[in-house]
Amino acid sequence: MAGGGMTYTAVDSTSLQTAEIYGKALVELGEKHPEVVALTADLAKSTKIGEFMKRFPDRFFNVGIAEQNLVGVAAGMAKAGLVPFLSTFSQFASFRAADQLHTDICYQNVNAKVIATHSGTSFGQAGSTHHAICDLALTRSIPNLTVICPADGMETYNAVMAAYETPGPFYIRINRGFDQTLYKDTDYGYEVGKAVTVREGTDITIIACGSCVFQANQAAEFLDKADGLKVRVLDMHTIKPIDRDAIIKAVTETRRIITVEDHNIIGGLGSAVAEVVVESGKACAFKKLGVQDTFAPIGLHEDIMSHLGIDANGIIEAVRVVMKADFEADEDWGDEY
Amino acid sequence: MALSKQEWLALEKKAHELRNLTLDTTYWAGSGHIGGGMSVLDLLTVLYYKYLNIKVEDPNWADRDRFILSKGHAAVAYAPVLCDKGFNDVEMLKTFNLSGSKMGMHLDSNKVVGVDASTGSLGHGLSIAAGTGLAARVLGKDYKTYCVLGDGECNEGSNWEAAMTIAHYKVTNVISFVDRNKCMIDGRTEDVMRLEPLADKWAAFGFKVLEVDGNNINALCGAIDEALANTSDQPYMIIMDTLKGCGIDFIEDDYTWHYGAFDDEKYAAAKKALENSYAARVARVEKEAK
Repeated sequence: MAGGGMTYTAVDSTSLQTAEIYGKALVELGEKHPEVVALTADLAKSTKIGEFMKRFPDRFFNVGIAEQNLVGVAAGMAKAGLVPFLSTFSQFASFRAADQLHTDICYQNVNAKVIATHSGTSFGQAGSTHHAICDLALTRSIPNLTVICPADGMETYNAVMAAYETPGPFYIRINRGFDQTLYKDTDYGYEVGKAVTVREGTDITIIACGSCVFQANQAAEFLDKADGLKVRVLDMHTIKPIDRDAIIKAVTETRRIITVEDHNIIGGLGSAVAEVVVESGKACAFKKLGVQDTFAPIGLHEDIMSHLGIDANGIIEAVRVVMKADFEADEDWGDEY
Repeated sequence: MALSKQEWLALEKKAHELRNLTLDTTYWAGSGHIGGGMSVLDLLTVLYYKYLNIKVEDPNWADRDRFILSKGHAAVAYAPVLCDKGFNDVEMLKTFNLSGSKMGMHLDSNKVVGVDASTGSLGHGLSIAAGTGLAARVLGKDYKTYCVLGDGECNEGSNWEAAMTIAHYKVTNVISFVDRNKCMIDGRTEDVMRLEPLADKWAAFGFKVLEVDGNNINALCGAIDEALANTSDQPYMIIMDTLKGCGIDFIEDDYTWHYGAFDDEKYAAAKKALENSYAARVARVEKEAK
């Protein structure tokens, strides 16, 4: 989403944590729109919405450590005409409050926005109680819910603004701490439901979300120099509704796809892409990178990503494997149906 | 203030009509949550025919009072109220629970006009009420939110999260009720999961608690009047002592009638029981009304 974000620059993108950019975006929305309110469950500091709390104390609500109630209260506020942004850790916004998210927000189809921080394994040292490696599987299966996993701070800004401008429930999962900067500013044509082509390529497509997009792009740069491979990189920030056109185009034009996510390989981005590929009826070499249906180890986020093979090195290795993979030839390849 | 005899009688008559319509709806549907529907029906009657500031012609009026039936399974009694008020066609009741109907066992706020929250999963309504109550504060509106919980529903921990929020933020524009009919699906509440001392629990969470006969319209109105006159920072919880199945003597206080079906014979007997109950209630008004 271009416009409105002109004050967000490369400086912000490198000096601010992703959640801090969310916090700034929320203040910006609060200044413009009196119906915007913020809620949290004892995580105002951690989710970086303290500035909103200071600026708009009458529109800020901390419900204590009570995530089910957090989501229910937000739903009631939305029913009454406010636009609540609620923030807590991804694992609790999704699983702890799953029934409220499902029923109070999504079934009622209210205009509430869930900003789920500390997603994936980004709170690495906290261990699996605080990793969110199944939230995409849960959230993308709930009707009416738009699910977004931004690649970095600038994309988080764009996603938050788009969430305000689009009526209905949103679940935006962002990382704890700093993200590597993919976008220098917010003006690159962000649109909900449309993948960003970070890099063009014809040999293979890497479809990634969240912090894995930066890693995929690093891998693609290396593979161009080292192996002469032209790797397409898609930033699939919107997990639902997924950009079917971009996926089918990738199948048709590159016939090799790797998905990369900081999430279990069951139910998240890889599954969403696979669903589209299978329904396309086109043969394709395919590999899902992510958490391999296990609980992730404890450690720094970058170390866990390396361990899981969702960093640049892991992606490079996977690309080299998939480039050698066979898939059944399709004589009617050019036919659409 | 006590109801006048005339107003009390008028509300009794309405409650009687609505009990008949609730029984009819259960009969047409083949089965339904008749027990908890009948226990909460006097509250529904007084709210919708005396207290709620709502506009049938403008159901989404932003300044309207809100009502949240947290015990959403009592829809079999709530749907008749919404139809009788004119929010929905009374004929819709004949489709209640049937395939393709807009009216299911738990009402959908996006399909049934006049419903403020899609409830059914227990332990959700009080948080939503806290949200609409806090929203009134942010928006500078003076509407009230009324929310009724089932007593068995109080087993859900999320209610107590909501209770803390309502008390902490002094959300006194929310008036809460528990339909204390002492029954749940698997048995008596005190046998399945002990609730007592329930009033002490709500008081400990910061509520001003009133205990009232929830099937006595005059007493119920007295409690609501007190809650509406509240100028303190303390939110009100009105625990209504009720009878499951109230009005149909052969199902009253019987937990096995949480959900039940009436064949033609039982339906006729229930109709007769409602007439007898109504006669007794009118006699009580004649005796007790000032």
